[in-house]
Amino acid sequence: MNERIKKATRHVNQNEGLIFEKSSPGKVAYKLPPLDVPDVDAHKLLGDLERKDLGNMPEVSEIEIIRHFTRMSTWNYAIDLGMYPLGSCTMKYNPRVNEHVARLDGIANSHPYQPERASQGALRIMQTLRECLMDITGMEAITLQPAAGAHGEMTGILLVRAFLQSKGNPRKKILIPDSAHGTNPATAAICGYSVENLKSNAAGMVDVPSLVAQMNEDVAALMLTNPNTLGVFEQEIHKIAQILHDKGGLLYMDGANMNALVGKVRPGDFGVDVMHLNLHKTFSTPHGGGGPGSGPVACKKFLEPFLPIPVVITKSDGTLGFDYNRPQAIGRVRAFYGNFGMFVRALAYIMANGPDGLRETTEDAVLNANYIRKGLEGVYDLPYNTPSMHEVVFSDRLQTKKGVKTGDIAKRLIDYGFHPYTVSFPLIVHGAMMIEPTESESKEELDLLIDALRNIAGEVEQTPEFVLEAPHTTRVSRLDEVTAARKPVLRWKP
Amino acid sequence: MLKAIGARSIDDLFAPIPPEYRLKRDLHVPKQMSEAEIVQWFKDRAAENADGYASFLGAGAYFHYRPVIIDALISRGEFLTAYTPYQAEISQGTLQSIFEFQSMICELTGMEVANASMYDGSTAMTEAAMMAVRLTGRKAAVMARSIHPEYREVLTTYARHQDMPVSSVGYQDDGRVKVAELEKYVDENCACVIIQSPNFFGTIEDVEAVADLAHRKGALLVVGISEAVSLGIVKPPSEADIVAMEGQGFGVPLGFGGPYAGVIATKEKFVRQMPGRLVGETKDSKGRRGYVLTLSTREQHIRREKATSNICTNQALIALMANIFMTVYGKGLKELARHNLAKAAYASEHFAKRAKVLFPGAPRFNEFVVESSEDPYVINSRLLEQRIIGGFPLRKFYPELGNAALWCCTELTSRAAIDTAVAAVAVSKEPLTNEAPEPEVVR
Repeated sequence: MNERIKKATRHVNQNEGLIFEKSSPGKVAYKLPPLDVPDVDAHKLLGDLERKDLGNMPEVSEIEIIRHFTRMSTWNYAIDLGMYPLGSCTMKYNPRVNEHVARLDGIANSHPYQPERASQGALRIMQTLRECLMDITGMEAITLQPAAGAHGEMTGILLVRAFLQSKGNPRKKILIPDSAHGTNPATAAICGYSVENLKSNAAGMVDVPSLVAQMNEDVAALMLTNPNTLGVFEQEIHKIAQILHDKGGLLYMDGANMNALVGKVRPGDFGVDVMHLNLHKTFSTPHGGGGPGSGPVACKKFLEPFLPIPVVITKSDGTLGFDYNRPQAIGRVRAFYGNFGMFVRALAYIMANGPDGLRETTEDAVLNANYIRKGLEGVYDLPYNTPSMHEVVFSDRLQTKKGVKTGDIAKRLIDYGFHPYTVSFPLIVHGAMMIEPTESESKEELDLLIDALRNIAGEVEQTPEFVLEAPHTTRVSRLDEVTAARKPVLRWKP
Repeated sequence: MLKAIGARSIDDLFAPIPPEYRLKRDLHVPKQMSEAEIVQWFKDRAAENADGYASFLGAGAYFHYRPVIIDALISRGEFLTAYTPYQAEISQGTLQSIFEFQSMICELTGMEVANASMYDGSTAMTEAAMMAVRLTGRKAAVMARSIHPEYREVLTTYARHQDMPVSSVGYQDDGRVKVAELEKYVDENCACVIIQSPNFFGTIEDVEAVADLAHRKGALLVVGISEAVSLGIVKPPSEADIVAMEGQGFGVPLGFGGPYAGVIATKEKFVRQMPGRLVGETKDSKGRRGYVLTLSTREQHIRREKATSNICTNQALIALMANIFMTVYGKGLKELARHNLAKAAYASEHFAKRAKVLFPGAPRFNEFVVESSEDPYVINSRLLEQRIIGGFPLRKFYPELGNAALWCCTELTSRAAIDTAVAAVAVSKEPLTNEAPEPEVVR
């Protein structure tokens, strides 16, 4: 069976316990310079508030720390090792020049409260990125403050709420398609709205007659992902916007799938009022094992007065500064100005691409997804035949006959040297297998993925039990999540 | 590839987009640049940012030395370019490191469980308040005015849409929250009391006293910590029910305000109302120890609108920086913190000879407030010419504090810079007063 696996081979990796288990008294990995001021008696200064001891904090040497984290790192899959076909996550290559420029001293060490005239470089980075993102989205205003996509959603919906409130009625409901990401309804709830589900039609798109029926003066906005989580472009998007606008509601776009649109079409041009971007998806900032992200929110002019404080402005003397005097602002969604380090990386990515590069990136992302679709059609069930943009959703319908589900196929894919696709999402597809290759992958890597998934389909027919027990080549096999949740062990104890 | 797909051109693939919306021009973004040009552009911007200046700014963002192994390790592609560790079998590196992070945060804060991270200290504090509302079934929160003003703004933004009335309580002459006034607001409708320690003025709060007050009325105590390094030498807030922390001080670059890493830590009995990701220990099918994301039924991807929070992507790589920092210093955090204490003690003592150091009587960590007779913005302009960034003028957030500024010293602050800064502060002439304002009620 192993000769079919072309991309990966087993190799030795190191065992490594918890850092606490390696600790021994007296070991240190740091040295402070001598104090150039008189030393102090902490007890005299702090009295009873002095900390007595540091409990079980580890005592280890530098080489032990290096090996500890390096060994652990080898247990991870990563983009740097290969394709990450996670649908709606846009796991593209993270260029290293981005990391380099973000670490330049004058950028990494600038304090958020240093005087504006001593922050012109940082402000210029923010302003340049804002201008780029406004043009990319076709919007007229933007805030960079939100720290991630879900945080951007919240900011965007608060803008909607503040605008409607200024008209006299914030309204009660947010409409959310049944194909939406879980953050959408969670966000609506945090912003004080109730959620109403909107069903999809047979083509996987918003069911326009249902929208007409559900739209009324209680609806504040529709939160729509476009292309949606099936990778399908909402072809009736303008009609959708019109239906909302006619009844005084707004169209919010979740920009998670913006990688399918950059340089080809702009949400602002097809009726979107407010949207967020994920710089850690579309604009190549690293996912880092779960963040940091960055979720700028772009909007039309009429929402600008409500943007969180502060907003970057050009002052009368031509220098840049922050405007805090914005009486209609929704307030503030986090301290300081946002995940600035991600702005630096995203801007470097935009510069490395330029207008042509950004458009070609989008084209390649869509090309790659369609190539995978073609390569797997017939082998896996394609629940929606609608044309795909940057991602494609199959289902495990053919494999469930053998008792094998999407999650099992995903685990077997690990043995083939790939990270799994997105499992069981979107919820409207039973047993969903959601694949997004991004533009970063070569034809060779795509062929390897197609080959792997075709092989696995064959294994399901011949030796389904082997697939059910996958992965077979990892350090640990499937983990007992039930016990982990029933009897949570969430910290080390001696 | 097009042939394999059966398309004639790339444009065929974009056919689903109605032609009238397609962009028919180039994007207005900078033209494509080479790597060398990109690096130069950012170097030029870096040079416009007071690069290499000595700084006395703290106020929620602290300039500590960052051991070089932090960047060496987090730059490994296996950490840097990995996704959220949902697929545990190929994410054990990230998962075990988060488990260690959670363990060390518990050790340092005196709490029993800690999550994998929140966006930053301000949103951690806000989510902690929302958590207290869920835990107590009560609606209101009361916060100290000595909490970081921007944290308070964030809390107010969130609270407004959740029918959570938030009252604000002033500070005493020693800089601590006015306990007597707190009493008035802590009633049967109060879900939590929120303080920060060390607070925005650098003063260490009497956590025990505030905890007693809150608990007597059945409210929870949320303690915010914006300077993580203080935990090396300041007694942990073990009396709190929830600790909402900013981890930036633990080896995270200032980076003009972000990315940083918030954390929520709490008691075990409250864990099911906690927001954010959690890593737990378990075993695989062959009995080997391993780690998984757990208790995810709290989270948005399972519970949707009934989730404890909408948070999804958090600040994992930044938490890893903090994790490595904590591992490097370990028990030595105490020595590091003592150096901070010594620098700030030296500086405040010398400032006191030329101006008034406010809020005497309560202990401080590495920040203190200096009131001068001269406008601090003017003092800072003078200092800027000597490549020194002075203290943070407080007038913007505390108009009643007039010419006061918040100064911070860390282990990186040199005695020479302190002496220069002290010399730049004019000897104060007028008598200085400290009238605390009326409490404001924010709704």
